[in-house]
Amino acid sequence: MEISVTINGTAQSHDVEARQLLVDYVRSTVGLTGTHIGCDTTSCGVCTVLLDGVPVKACTVLAAQADGHEVTTVEGLKADGQLHAIQKAFKENHGLQCGFCTPAMMLVGAALLESNDDPSEDEIRWAISGNLCRCTGYINIVKSIQAAAAEGRAQ
Amino acid sequence: MYPPSFDLTVARSVAEAVDALAEGGEDARILAGGQSLIPMLKLRFAAPSLLVDINEIAGLDLLERTNGHLRIGATARHADIVASDLPGGAVASAAPWISDPLVRNRGTVCGSVAHCDPEGDWNSVLLATGATVVATGPGGERSIDIGDFVVDFFTNSLAPGEMVTEVHVPVPAGASGGAYMKLERKVGDYATVGVATHLELGGDGTISAAGIAMTSVAPVNRKASDAEALLVGEAPGDELFAAAAEAAAAASEPRSDVRGSAEWKRNVVRVYTRRGLEAALAQAQAG
Ligand SMILES: Cc1cc2nc3c(=O)[nH]c(=O)nc-3n(C[C@H](O)[C@H](O)[C@H](O)COP(=O)(O)OP(=O)(O)OC[C@H]3O[C@@H](n4cnc5c(N)ncnc54)[C@H](O)[C@@H]3O)c2cc1C
Ligand code: FES
Ligand code: FES
Repeated sequence: MEISVTINGTAQSHDVEARQLLVDYVRSTVGLTGTHIGCDTTSCGVCTVLLDGVPVKACTVLAAQADGHEVTTVEGLKADGQLHAIQKAFKENHGLQCGFCTPAMMLVGAALLESNDDPSEDEIRWAISGNLCRCTGYINIVKSIQAAAAEGRAQ
Repeated sequence: MYPPSFDLTVARSVAEAVDALAEGGEDARILAGGQSLIPMLKLRFAAPSLLVDINEIAGLDLLERTNGHLRIGATARHADIVASDLPGGAVASAAPWISDPLVRNRGTVCGSVAHCDPEGDWNSVLLATGATVVATGPGGERSIDIGDFVVDFFTNSLAPGEMVTEVHVPVPAGASGGAYMKLERKVGDYATVGVATHLELGGDGTISAAGIAMTSVAPVNRKASDAEALLVGEAPGDELFAAAAEAAAAASEPRSDVRGSAEWKRNVVRVYTRRGLEAALAQAQAG
């Protein structure tokens, strides 16, 4: 079936199978490999993308369900050659180790800051509670999101 | 992992969805949030020939309070319940405990209700609050008491070609309160034990209606009817709640598994029923 999806601001049209998963569409059909696949069983959250601004597990959404909608992947965070505040904050606060969970963590963080520019530590931990990180122990991820929030408020 | 091949119809109205279901026959299924169905397809536990996607139906995500009911439409997500001020009692209490934030952004209350997974939380909440499921099919619309809707393990009483369009949770006019107590190993895990409680008080402060239902401790979400009967007509108090908690524990049939032994889970039912009733009472008395 033919689908039209706006990915990171660019309109895309492809013929897809009904059963194609959004994560595979983004990675293999569109070629944006920043979105990762971890568990493939809806448990780890590393496949997170924003669907109309809302974080969802792309391994558990059909590509066809994005038809007519907007998808943002980690590649869409950077704008006009400038890193997004959340990307800068993860870089400066050592918010990653292996980096496997990082695209998802940054998207969830960015989505949180869209609705709450001053989240408490609890609110941040709550927001990322569907995203597993096996390296950092989360402390620097929380710090990074706090730093991005502070940066956003300063502007 | 890939789902087996299927046809997909993206319905734009309930009528279109119902027609597509009827045409698809036995092997057609509704696709709501997909947070249970898509994993099942990927694991090849299900192989429907046709999926009818209801996510593009305008207005089906309704969430409103009218005529003494909270109406929850078929595409209202778990996250919508968390974010809204409209739900109270056990509904508001359960919502943040469903899965994790990402699944809540996509999964629906009605999908969960239709799925009838005995480890799902919503059907306990609906059983405790005496909710009604609204189904729409080729013959029109009908209301089904939640007790008649949940038939068995993953089995509901929808007729072929019917879909759930709404659930209605009563909002009592008088003093009422409710809670959902859930023990889970980690965020995103299903309940080790879940207990929904609901109390209504009469003008004299005695209990005029009571609801208790349990998750993950029986082959279906189970109403603790004996415990409810003990409460109605009585003045609330510690001894009464302890007796009701005992009756709820006796009505549970937990099984020993990786989450714990049957004996321990039954004890959790007892403790959570008591705590749930205390929380429900405090809410009802606070008005
Ligand atoms: C990691 C993970 C953790 C989870 N943890 C919990 C938890 O702690 N507690 C909990 O309660 N749930 C949990 N869930 C399940 C989640 O709540 C699902 O959202 C829910 O069970 C199904 O709702 P859905 O909208 O996603 O339905 P779908 O997956 O789209 O559908 C599920 C089934 O219901 C049918 N169906 C859906 N909508 C309708 C309708 N309107 N009419 C008729 N049939 C319909 C479908 O055909 C399918 O058979 C979890 C899921 C995941 C992936
Ligand atoms: S890959 Fe999607 S949740 Fe793990
Ligand atoms: S940085 Fe390695 S999983 Fe998070």
